[in-house]
This record gives sequence, structure tokens and C-alpha cells, in this order.
Amino acid sequence: MSNIPQELRYTETHEWIRLEEDGTLTVGITDHAQELLGDIVFVELPEEGEECAAGDDVAVVESVKAASDVYAPVTGEVVAINTKLTDTPELINQDPYGEGWIFRVKPMDPEDYDELMDADAYQELISEE
Amino acid sequence: MPKTNDNGITTMKHTPLHDQHVALGAKMVDFGGWDMPLAYGSQIEEHHQVRRDAGMFDVSHMTVVDITGPQARDYLRRLLANDVDRLAAPGKALYSCMLDEQGGVIDDLIVYHLDVDRYRMVINAATTDKDLAWMRRQAEGFDVDLKVRDDLAMIAVQGPTARERVHRVLGGEAERVADLKPFFMAELGEMAVARTGYTGEDGYEIMLPAGAAADFWQRLLDAGVKPCGLGARDTLRLEAGMNLYGADMDETVTPLESGLAWTVAFEPADRDFIGRAALERQLAEGVGRKLVGLVLEDRGVLRNHQPVLVNGAVAGEITSGSFSPTLGRAIALARVPADTGDSVEVQMRGKTHRARVVKPPFVRHGKALI
Repeated sequence: MSNIPQELRYTETHEWIRLEEDGTLTVGITDHAQELLGDIVFVELPEEGEECAAGDDVAVVESVKAASDVYAPVTGEVVAINTKLTDTPELINQDPYGEGWIFRVKPMDPEDYDELMDADAYQELISEE
Repeated sequence: MPKTNDNGITTMKHTPLHDQHVALGAKMVDFGGWDMPLAYGSQIEEHHQVRRDAGMFDVSHMTVVDITGPQARDYLRRLLANDVDRLAAPGKALYSCMLDEQGGVIDDLIVYHLDVDRYRMVINAATTDKDLAWMRRQAEGFDVDLKVRDDLAMIAVQGPTARERVHRVLGGEAERVADLKPFFMAELGEMAVARTGYTGEDGYEIMLPAGAAADFWQRLLDAGVKPCGLGARDTLRLEAGMNLYGADMDETVTPLESGLAWTVAFEPADRDFIGRAALERQLAEGVGRKLVGLVLEDRGVLRNHQPVLVNGAVAGEITSGSFSPTLGRAIALARVPADTGDSVEVQMRGKTHRARVVKPPFVRHGKALI
């Protein structure tokens, strides 16, 4: 069974989103997604300061098996990237909700966060797959 | 053997070691109709385990065929592009392609010379039905008997410490295999131990009765051999520069375009193997394409079917691409024009990246060669 923390929000494309105290959103891929991908060997990160629209592919996670796009969950600006992933992409396998975070985005409209799926909805989504 | 559920619907085939894989928590995948372990944990760890120590693979899905009879040798000299007369010594193994009349590759295989009038072939799982149909058709007119040994399981134990660990498990029988040279097989009663493999490391491939497989697997685990899945098997064989049937070659290409010219025995000139005329014609006209190794200079992962550009134009394709755990970068086999130089570009996800052209293998006996 995949780990799906209750306090996070999710997307249909298997990103997780954490609301930080400063209103920015930290984004990564879920435990379920990293399990499906297997050993991750390469991550292409967005640029800091990059503008993104909800649904844009802003990062790429490549495992031995497959490449997978990572999509911006909301419209906004990329304000931080996890540069540790450049040399240790396996952090996504080891700690998908912690050290394996990918980027942080400052949403243009803070209310977009409330539209995202909660843990129960995400659980339902992956049990249907 | 196929399993049938309560509704009479045939589901995926299971090897005699299926319960062991499930008990070890393997991630299982459909591999040519077989429910096989992809990885038991991290496939990269399993890869390193084989390069550095010892790992084992359940390869019971592959098909073992015994070829016996007074004309077994004549039959195989007609059937295979390589020449079983190179197997003078009993127990010796040979890698060969089986070709159609056009020189296309029906399958690649290992043939073992067990004894006078007695050979054993190991063919790919996914091609088994068409291979057997072809082999039976070609057997007409030969005094030869083909017997599929689906009563056997097969375990490949590979890595620098693999042989000593197998010797420990074999106990008193070990002395009968300890002196085996590479590419030789010894029969120990119902068991056969061959010093062959598909990883670029030393080790054994062991065939044994299906009913004895689970116990032997457990004894190998107890001897410190770690289970490894098809994921690691693929990155290991790719680093070793070994072709995968269905990816790097099939019926649409000949061995001469697949880096396998060394496996075609044109001498003696009077041996009329199937596909010979087509290959000679291709040689006379010039072989237009070749299979090469690629090493990606940038970061990223090479994938099957990515287009390869030579002098800015699409001229070839990656046939097997992946990430090399030993080298820490992407490698591939690619089919390109015969006059391709030492550098190409690969189209990956809309961008072009430079790749170096190398001669496989990339890794052998744990060491990088490129």
C-alpha cells in the first residue's frame, strides 16, 4: 500500500502539494508514482523564477524504466528547486514527501490550492487504477 | 505451465519458482505471457549485486529443447548460422542465430553439445511457438527427435563470487563443475550446470527438475546469492553489449546488420545453412547498416526507438536504450548506416543530444571498457 499523507493535496497526475506557512506550495511526486517508476536516475528541474500555468510540464523524472513529466499544479512562479536531486535523484524513491521534493511554486491565486484533491480523493483515484 | 482459473480462462504462465518470487515481495510483470519478477527491491541494487558479488535469476520461462538422433548434427548444421562442428568437445556451448531463407533472425540461442548425437538448445520464451514450428518443419527428412524439456527449471547464478557460492551449495558434486571452462556444461544426473550467462560476469546457468527448483533456490539464498529480476537482467546484458531478441534484432534484419557477423560460420564453404545464400548476397552488395554502442554525453536516459541523427538528418534508431548503473550514464545499442563515424545525435523528448559511438561491450567483469 502506498503512503498518502493526510495533510497534503494531490493531482490526478500524481503530484503532491504541501501548503507552506509563507503561502508557497511545495511539489513532489507521490509514493505511488515513485513505486510505479522504479529506480529514478535523472531529474530535469525547472528554473527558479520560471512562470508556469497549471498543467504545464515543468520537470521530468526519469527512471531506468520510463520518463515521466511533472506538472505544475497551479499557475504561478517557481520560487525554489531541489538542486540535491541533480546528484541524488534517488531521494525521490527514498523519501518522496520529504527530501525528494522537486520544486516550490508561489501561486498567482492562493485559492487555487483549495481546488486540489485531498488525500481521500487521491486514495480513491489510485485504487481505481 | 499455463494456469487456468475457475472460469476456464487461461491466465499468465508461472515458473516453478513463482511462489518464491511472490514470497520475496517481487514486483511481478507480464513477460511474454509469463508472470515474472521485474525486481525484488531496487533494480539498480540488484544490478550492482551481480557486478560486485552474486545474484540469481529465474530463467525457467526460457525453453529448453533436446535434439537427439543419428542426424542431430546434420540437422543443426542446416538449421543454425553458426556451426555445431565447432563443438568438438562434449559439453561445449555455442551462441547462434536461427535464420529464415532471407537471412532474417528467427531467434538467437545457445546450443550445447551434450554427447554424441545429443544436443540441447535454449531458446527465447516469447519466440518459443514460432521457433518450434520452424524447427519441426526443418526436421523433416532428418532422423532427429526434438523434445521440449518443460520438466526443467533454469536458474542463472551470476557475479564474481557466483561460482564459489554454487560450489558450496553443490557440496560433494562441486568438483565435477569446478574445472568447467567458460562456455562448457557438465551434467550431474538430472541437473546440468553450464558456465554461461547473459550478464558479462562469470557464473553458471543451472537446469534442474522443476520439482527440485524451489529447494535449490532456497539453498542459493542461504549461500548469500541475492535474487535479481528482469530489470537488472536487462541493464546487465546491455552493459555487456549482448543483443536482446525482439529489440536489437528480429526477422527484418540479418546478423550482419546486428553486430553478430562473428556468429555466422561461412567456413566450411560447402555447409548449406538456412539463410546462407541471402547473407552472401548481402555481403556482395555491401551491408548498409550496423549495430553500434552509444554513450550519451549529456544527462538523460536513452530509450528504445529514439531517432539517431547523423550529420543532422535522421539515419537510424536506438534498438535498446537504458541507464547504465555501472557507468552512471545512459547507454544504448543503435542501428545506424555502416559509414557512421564516432559521433551522432539522438532525439530525446523533442531535443537533440550528442552521443559517442563505441564498440560494445560497455562493461565486462565489473570493469568499464568505454
